[in-house]
Order: sequence, then C-alpha cells, then structure tokens
Amino acid sequence: MSAFATLLARDVRLAFRAGGNAALSLGFFVAVAILMPLGIGSDPALLARIAGGVIWVSAVLAALLGLDRLFQPDLDDGTLDLLAMGPLPLEGIATAKAASHWLTTGLPLTLLSPVLALLLALPAKAIGTLVLSLAIGTPALSAMGSIVAAVTLSVRRGGLLLPLIILPLIVPAVVFGAGAVLAAMDGIASGALWLLAAYSFVTVILSPFAAGAALRFALSE
Amino acid sequence: MLQFANPKRFMDATASALPWLSALTAALFLVGLYLSFTAPPDYQQGDTVRIMFVHVPAAWISMSGYAFIAVASAIGLINRHPLADVAARQAAPLGAMFTALALITGSLWGRPMWGTYWVWDGRLTSFLLLLLLYLGYLGLWQAIEDETRAARAAAILALVGVVNLPIIEFSVDWWTTLHQGESILRKGGSQISAVFLWPLFTMAAAYTMLFATLLLVRMRTAILERRIRTALMESAA
Repeated sequence: MSAFATLLARDVRLAFRAGGNAALSLGFFVAVAILMPLGIGSDPALLARIAGGVIWVSAVLAALLGLDRLFQPDLDDGTLDLLAMGPLPLEGIATAKAASHWLTTGLPLTLLSPVLALLLALPAKAIGTLVLSLAIGTPALSAMGSIVAAVTLSVRRGGLLLPLIILPLIVPAVVFGAGAVLAAMDGIASGALWLLAAYSFVTVILSPFAAGAALRFALSE
Repeated sequence: MLQFANPKRFMDATASALPWLSALTAALFLVGLYLSFTAPPDYQQGDTVRIMFVHVPAAWISMSGYAFIAVASAIGLINRHPLADVAARQAAPLGAMFTALALITGSLWGRPMWGTYWVWDGRLTSFLLLLLLYLGYLGLWQAIEDETRAARAAAILALVGVVNLPIIEFSVDWWTTLHQGESILRKGGSQISAVFLWPLFTMAAAYTMLFATLLLVRMRTAILERRIRTALMESAA
C-alpha cells in the first residue's frame, strides 16, 4: 500500500512541476472549449445544446494530451525497470500511473467545468449533471489511456497513433456523458449516467491487467 | 491446428488446397450472384432489396473477421502458436475492407430506403467504430518494428476492442434505430422469406470462402517474405 502511495505521490508531484502536464492539460481544456463558440457562433440557444458535448470532447482531448508521456519517460531512463523489480506488481504500477493521470488531468478539469459551462450558456439545471458525468467518466479515460499508452510504448511517432487507437475505445464515455447532460437539459429521465458508471467501473477495474500485461511485454526485451 | 504450427507443413497444405478453395469461391459467387439477380423484387423495396445480398454478408464477415483476429490473438498470447500472429495480422486488412464495403453499401441502401446516407444511431456508430478499431490495429502493427513485440501489443489491443462486437450485435435491440432489427436468428424462426434467404446465405458462403482464400494467400506471402528477409540477413552476415 505504501509503495502505491509513494509512486502516486511522485507522479502527481512531477506533473505539477515545470515540465509536467497538469497546468498544460487544464489550459488546453479551456482553450479548446473556448475555441468552439468562436467557431460555431455565439447564439446562446445553440451553444446550450452543444455545451455538454463540447466540454466532453475538450475533456477527452485534454486527457489524451499527457498519455504518450505516461510511461515513456520512465521506460527511457530505466525507472520502469527499477519499479518492476520493486514490491509493487506491474498492474499496481499501471494503476498508480492511471490514478496520478486522473488526479492531475481529469479531476482539475471536472472541477473547472462549471466555469466553462457558464461560458457556453449551459442552463444551471444541467451543470450538476455535467460535473457528475465528468467525475464518473474521466477515471475511465485515464484507465483506458493507460492501456493504450502501455501498448504503444517505444513506438516511433507513437504520439500520433495513440489518439487513433484510443478513440473508438472511449466513445461510450463521450456518448453517455454528453447524452446525460442533454437529457438533464431537456428534463428527461435518462439511464445515461448509469451506463457511463458501468462503463467506467468495468474499465477502471480491468485496465490494470491489460496495461500490466503490455508493460510486461515492453520490459521483457 | 497444432499440426500447422510448423510453417513448412502449413505452406505445403495450403499450396495444394488453394486452387480448390479459389474454385469453390468463384463457384459460390457465380451461383450467389445469379440467385441475387433472379430473386423477385420486394413488394416494399423493389429492386433495391438486392443491395442486401452484398451489404449483409459483408457486415457478417467484418464482424467475424474481428472475432477471428481476437481468437488468433488470444491463441498467440497464450499458446504461442507461431502462425497465430501471422493469421491475425493478415486478416486485419481484409476485415477492414469488408467493414468499409458494408458501410458504403449500407449507406447507398439507406438513401432510397430511409432518405439519408447516414444517421448516428447505435448500429451505424458502433460499426464505424469497428472500422476505426481495425485501422488502429493495423497502425499499431505498422508502427512497431520488432515483430514479436508488435504481435503482443497488437494482441492486447485486439482483445480490448472485442467488447465492441456484442455492442454492434445488440445495438439494434438496445436503442431506437432506423436499422433493421434481428430478422434471421429470432425465436420463432426467420422473418425473411426463403426466396431471399437462399441468395443471402449463398453470398455469405461466397464471402466467407473469399475471406478464407485471401487470408491463406496473405499468410503464405507473409511467410515467404519472412524467409526472404532471413535469407538476406544470412547472406549479408
């Protein structure tokens, strides 16, 4: 347990430092979300209908930003080999990395989303659902991201391949997350949040095994 | 399949089998196309019902192709069967082509039938995602240079993505959709009349044989390429 906590704390600290990703992801999230109304037009009624989707897509893109550097730096300088020899199994290492990614990317943007919702004219009654959907769905983004990051380790130009690979796998999160916000806006009861929670639950629980296996293959050369 | 773990035995067996498989494929296509063109026009859809004989088998093969890749990947990871990874890799471009074919023919069918080339419902969206999964899988194989590493990474990716297949299958039940629901494998028997089922199943058999024949050709080519590379490296040493 303490090995997990140590690794988690290390990665979170690294992400918040100068070369880390936390501020960058948040800034990218805001930039994309602001770009949308500038491109689409500022009619409040139109903006309100697309706000949930825009914020969700921006969240996905911001989460994708740091993924190719999730394991690669540690593999390059040998840290991953040392960690693999330690008390924490590779599945635990993958979980710690995914958790640190969520704490430094998913969680901050979930907390910032109400501000963006106001910018995008989302009605107040849907903001709670928006924050809840992001809180439930962003861990799945980090978990699925850890699988794809582990699978694309040491790929040259892996940074371009990773979004293509991960996109079909995280579509359920976007569809159900944005769908939940839309349903809340229209006042319709919807199972979208439950489906999102199910997707998130399964992804978070099972991803360490896939990511751990991929890490094992990457290390065994 | 274990007797074909030896590439040489695989090459010998397929060398003798391929002419027969090609002939069978051609025959099935001839019969299937004849039946498709002589089937009567549907009372609602008219002659456009014939697109079904091209569209539905393509969709069936693209889903079976991905299932095949997933099974081959699992066998490659667990049993370390030497040809499993070759089979998975060579099946992917075929599956991707059939997926694209299904999407295009379905879109062409949708225009006269539903009034639109595309709609973002559960079935069409998850089928488009299947195409993206195929492309990502192919991209991963291309991007990793070491073949053994590429095989393992791609195997994990294929197995993670296989969850899309039941979603495609059941999407027409779970969500409201323009797409046709389950008409063939239903309780109470098929809803489609036999005069349409015969061309459909013949074309499906033809597509399956085409997939199998092309897969074997691709696998033989891959094994030969590997031999050439090895020979070049040995001669350079």
